Amino acid sequence: MHPRRSPQRPSPLRLALACGLTLAATLLAAIPAGHAQRAPEVAITNVSYDPTRELYKAINEAFAKDWLARTGQRVTIRTSHGGSGRQARTVIDGLQADVVTLALAGDIDAIAQRAKLLPADWQARLPNNSSPYTSTIVFVVRKGNPKGIRDWDDLARPGVAVITPNPKTSGGARWNYLAAWAFELDRTKDPAKAKAFVEAIYLNVPVLDTGARGSTTTFVQRGIGDVFISWENEAHLALAEFGADRFDIVYPSLSILAEPPVALVDAVVDRRGTREVAEAYLEFLYSAQAQRIIAANFYRPSKPEAADPDDLKRFPDLRLVTIDAVFGGWAKAQAEHFADGGVFDRIYRPGGPFAR
Amino acid sequence: MSLAAHATPFRFRQPSALPGFGITFGFAVTYLSLIVLIPLGVLVVQASGLGLEGLWQTATSPRVLAALRLSFGVSFAAAAVNAVAGLVVAWVLTRYAFPGRRLLDAIVDLPFALPTAVAGIALTAIYAPNGWIGALLAPLGVKVAYTPLGIFVALVFISLPFVVRTVQPVLADLDREIEEASATLGASRAQTVARVILPALAPAVLTGFALAFGRAVGEYGSVIFIAGNMPFVSEIAPLLIVIQLEEFNYAGATAIATIMLAISFVSLLAINLIQAWSRRRFGHV
Repeated sequence: MHPRRSPQRPSPLRLALACGLTLAATLLAAIPAGHAQRAPEVAITNVSYDPTRELYKAINEAFAKDWLARTGQRVTIRTSHGGSGRQARTVIDGLQADVVTLALAGDIDAIAQRAKLLPADWQARLPNNSSPYTSTIVFVVRKGNPKGIRDWDDLARPGVAVITPNPKTSGGARWNYLAAWAFELDRTKDPAKAKAFVEAIYLNVPVLDTGARGSTTTFVQRGIGDVFISWENEAHLALAEFGADRFDIVYPSLSILAEPPVALVDAVVDRRGTREVAEAYLEFLYSAQAQRIIAANFYRPSKPEAADPDDLKRFPDLRLVTIDAVFGGWAKAQAEHFADGGVFDRIYRPGGPFAR
Repeated sequence: MSLAAHATPFRFRQPSALPGFGITFGFAVTYLSLIVLIPLGVLVVQASGLGLEGLWQTATSPRVLAALRLSFGVSFAAAAVNAVAGLVVAWVLTRYAFPGRRLLDAIVDLPFALPTAVAGIALTAIYAPNGWIGALLAPLGVKVAYTPLGIFVALVFISLPFVVRTVQPVLADLDREIEEASATLGASRAQTVARVILPALAPAVLTGFALAFGRAVGEYGSVIFIAGNMPFVSEIAPLLIVIQLEEFNYAGATAIATIMLAISFVSLLAINLIQAWSRRRFGHV
């Protein structure tokens, strides 16, 4: 009793579907044509880590002005801050970041490997390993340095309380850990002694905060600890914020060259059509104007000649080793020291030196 | 709980004076699935990437065991303390009229409304060795912040409202005449409390305890500030999950989460059974 539909006559539903598809295809085809002309406004997202809030606020303002003058286009840069590893995860999970400016090359590597949003050789695409600025690890002590802390070996002395975040959750803390290791390795040339040395320092750590800003609070506000291992720029910020009359910065004889890298997220800029402005944004970081801002925000500029000499005076010379030379690169250091069951985990094991 | 009370044979449609069972039942099941069951199912599926053996290995690694023991142990202690303290607070708020009662009543809800990080920062500021209370305790050799005791304080703080708010309405409904009758029949005050009031309140207190316990187990924000986060000493299980995520180890993180979920579910089920038993034992009020 069912009326039989002839195969030649499309049902109304199919007709509607076909019309819809055609319309969609036309619209899609029209999009690339629209790109040829620059829209009057564009927005890009920079996903960064915690201590760069102040830096990128200044950079974004300068870049927007520069881009408007060069192209007549207004650009808005949204910057998201947070722990470096967490930020990398949000990009992997789908946050549409046009550029990432993180604390560790390993975090951007993770985006390249796990989400394939950018090529594996991303770090070779910009000068200086894609790091427009560097920083290092220094000590903050209480005014007058009552415990007489001069170098890394003072941190391993019994009775000195050391504040540093957990390397498992904080990118900055991994630099702290590696700097201490590099110091002892340089002195003794013996990896076993370096391991014992780092263990001795962590025995002196009473609180493992999850991030660098948390550790700053523990040391500065709660009054816990004799020495706080910190990014150089965070140390200067802490002094500027909480008073140079309460704290001193101590420069160890040797530290690590921390290279926070920046990268274009190719898959996102191509999808959003923002490649041109995002590329210009990253290149701008290497310009004389940006380098000046970088030095003013306590990061070490990659082109010091562009910076204000007064700013440069705040960066005393000290021996800086690189992660590539001492640890064979991020991937290797990460796997050996910080991965599940790595050297750091073995410091905190039942029956280990920590279980007093 | 009414399942146990009525021994009627299984019937899909319960006769009721109110219409709309079909629609509301469909909505309830869809809603629960979308909000609770499907997300939790995905969690289990993600964890299954490790396989049963991997899950077992994760669950029995000494560090995970230590964190689970700490999380569930301290949560249990905090919920137990609040079962008593919350009952007293609810008692004061429902049975007595005094100036500022409304204010006190509102304050009870603060731990609900406060972002947990705010709670953590505030508690740490007070209980740190240089804080108001911490400075008083330090000469006595009592360290609160950055020890398991600090975790306990944080969990007591965030779980208090659960007991108060579940006990309060039951206490308000409890007829004073019952107490008066008990007194006229010659019971002492202690007997009235122990034999008449507490049994009637027991199911509500247990519900409050279960809610407080469940909330405390999952608490992260307020605890990490005050805990000190030392592995094997003051590292809670939710922090271990975050650490696994930080290593991009999604399977490991969901494995720990699944284990927590299983333990929580079994605990809550056990509490529910005790509750059903206590209702049967003491009957409805």
